[in-house]
Amino acid sequence: MSRKRLLVVGVLLVALVFALPAYARDFTIAMVVKGAGNPFFEACRKGGEEATGELGLNFIFQAPATPTSEGQIELIDALIAQQVDAILVSANDPDALVPMLRRAMDRGIIVVAFDSGVAPAGRHLFLNQADMELIGRIQVQMLAEMIDGEGEIAILSATSTMANQNTWIQWMQEELKEPEYAKMDLVAIVYGDDLREKSYNEALGLFRSRPNLKGIISPTTVGLAATARALEDQGLSGKIALTGLGLPSEMAEYIRNGTSEAIALWNPIDLGYVSTYMAHGLLTGTLKGEIGEVVNVGRMGERTITEAADGGLEVVLGAPFVFDIDNIDEWADVY
Amino acid sequence: MSRTARDKTKFTLTNLSVRRETSLLLFTLAVILGVTLHSPRFLSWGNFHSIFLDSAIVAIASIGQMMVVMTGGIDLSVGSGLALSGMLVGLIYKAGIALNPYLALLLGGLIGLGLGSINGVLVVNGKIPPIIATLGTMSIYRGLIFLASDGQWVSAHEMPSSFIHLARGTILGIPNLLFIAGLFYLIFYFFLSHSKTGREVYAVGGNLEAAKVAGINTDKINRIVYSVTGLLYGLCGVLWVSRFASAQPDTATGFEFSTVTAIVLGGVSVAGGTGQVTGVLLGALLISIIENALNVTQTNPFWKLAIQGIVILVAVSMDGIVRRRQGTKVVREEQL
Repeated sequence: MSRKRLLVVGVLLVALVFALPAYARDFTIAMVVKGAGNPFFEACRKGGEEATGELGLNFIFQAPATPTSEGQIELIDALIAQQVDAILVSANDPDALVPMLRRAMDRGIIVVAFDSGVAPAGRHLFLNQADMELIGRIQVQMLAEMIDGEGEIAILSATSTMANQNTWIQWMQEELKEPEYAKMDLVAIVYGDDLREKSYNEALGLFRSRPNLKGIISPTTVGLAATARALEDQGLSGKIALTGLGLPSEMAEYIRNGTSEAIALWNPIDLGYVSTYMAHGLLTGTLKGEIGEVVNVGRMGERTITEAADGGLEVVLGAPFVFDIDNIDEWADVY
Repeated sequence: MSRTARDKTKFTLTNLSVRRETSLLLFTLAVILGVTLHSPRFLSWGNFHSIFLDSAIVAIASIGQMMVVMTGGIDLSVGSGLALSGMLVGLIYKAGIALNPYLALLLGGLIGLGLGSINGVLVVNGKIPPIIATLGTMSIYRGLIFLASDGQWVSAHEMPSSFIHLARGTILGIPNLLFIAGLFYLIFYFFLSHSKTGREVYAVGGNLEAAKVAGINTDKINRIVYSVTGLLYGLCGVLWVSRFASAQPDTATGFEFSTVTAIVLGGVSVAGGTGQVTGVLLGALLISIIENALNVTQTNPFWKLAIQGIVILVAVSMDGIVRRRQGTKVVREEQL
């Protein structure tokens, strides 16, 4: 009798020991970014680490060696096998990742897209860095101020398939339809593929093929810095105005010497931070993922879930931040 | 065969390699003419200045690739090795050490020499086929960049202006990049065609067994070509970082294929044994001309890669046609 009881107690104890880690298991959040070795995403990683630290979660950071969808699909496949609880992803292609992300969602993994989104079918929520419309429009406004709203302008983008760049360019074109830009003429859109050498050569091509060019917008940091370098090499600093979206560290040199008067960007640390809080809300059930719900995002306060332009759900981070000669020193060492 | 006939054949064979470069030169001129008719701005001094500067780095690295391919090998680690030596030099500047730019160039060359020697040891002592050995080091060197840089970039504001001006400066009125490229082309022209070791490189690639029988230390030659290739891409890495004022972990990804394209356009046989630096120089120039032309003519980006590929295939096949004609001519003359 007492032996039997002992056996029961023993079995229960063993069961409890095995069950405990599963019960008290911390959530694991994995961040998958476009490509390895990009300081922008290293900053996103910092934000993710900060938030997971505050919330007591495990954090995994993954990036394909080259910025391709194929590399990201492999990484996500491996994360599903590792049974992570949530995946935060900045996609190289809005559609290519959807089947693999659906597989993840079918297995109960929370998917939050950030920076460069995926189609609504492949995500629970999207963290929009800033209103796409606002980002597109502000770049035209900045350039218009530099060239007094007059002259030929061109856009030097990343690859022709990048969802975020393409949307911004559409909004730039919308902004250019406003009457105050009647004298500004968008004459070319070229693609530097986010490669230093190709972007540089594309910029040179613009200088040659468009001798009357007055300004360039480059909504990507590699393109922006490569164009700045090309302008200096050709002695065109100050003759062709330059603005766009770029990392302050990468652009500090060119803002200090006046090749680019001002650039804009949101804070990638906040991007990683807020998307982690969003995933945590969905994981713990404090968020259901419905329009109008208020998300608690730690030190950033609160954000509201809204309907995105693509029909899915999103949270908007805020307005982009403008870097110029007055504040570049303070930000150059941050990211 | 009479003595005069043999001399005649020899003369024609020398002619052959000259003709190969002539056909490439004619093709290049045809491309220039065509593009100029389409957009006259292409044919300006300023634009060709950019083209020459753009081709300089590929041209220097291609000398090394040419020697490796001539010995029947290939070096796939060119892009990674270039990026690694460039990044290491960049990191020195990031750490706040104000290294003299020319010393930086030397240091990059030495780092490259070390990386290239590892390839040489793997191929010669490890008896690993070159394509596999360098495929391995390609990934290892790329991985080392991420380890060394922790995934971060070195940006323009972290480099001293003296270093940024290295790629922009001039020596005796000639841009540094062109001066350095020209210097190496002269050195390697004399090395390959007039030095004993240089001639042995051709012999090893032409017929390895025969070279061994002839008493050539083929292992030594192989080690030399990989090491020298390393030295050259090491220098290129520093020039690259200076030119773009940026060191990124993914710098020059796939650059090895540009060097292979340049040497194939330049008439280097992928089977080994033949090749001239003058051809390689033309090949490197043609790559830059095509890329520049596609940009200047504002070609639809979706067509660019395809057009680049087509032009390369046409250039190489034109060369093949010329070579076959010449070949039959030589045979005919031999039969006389």
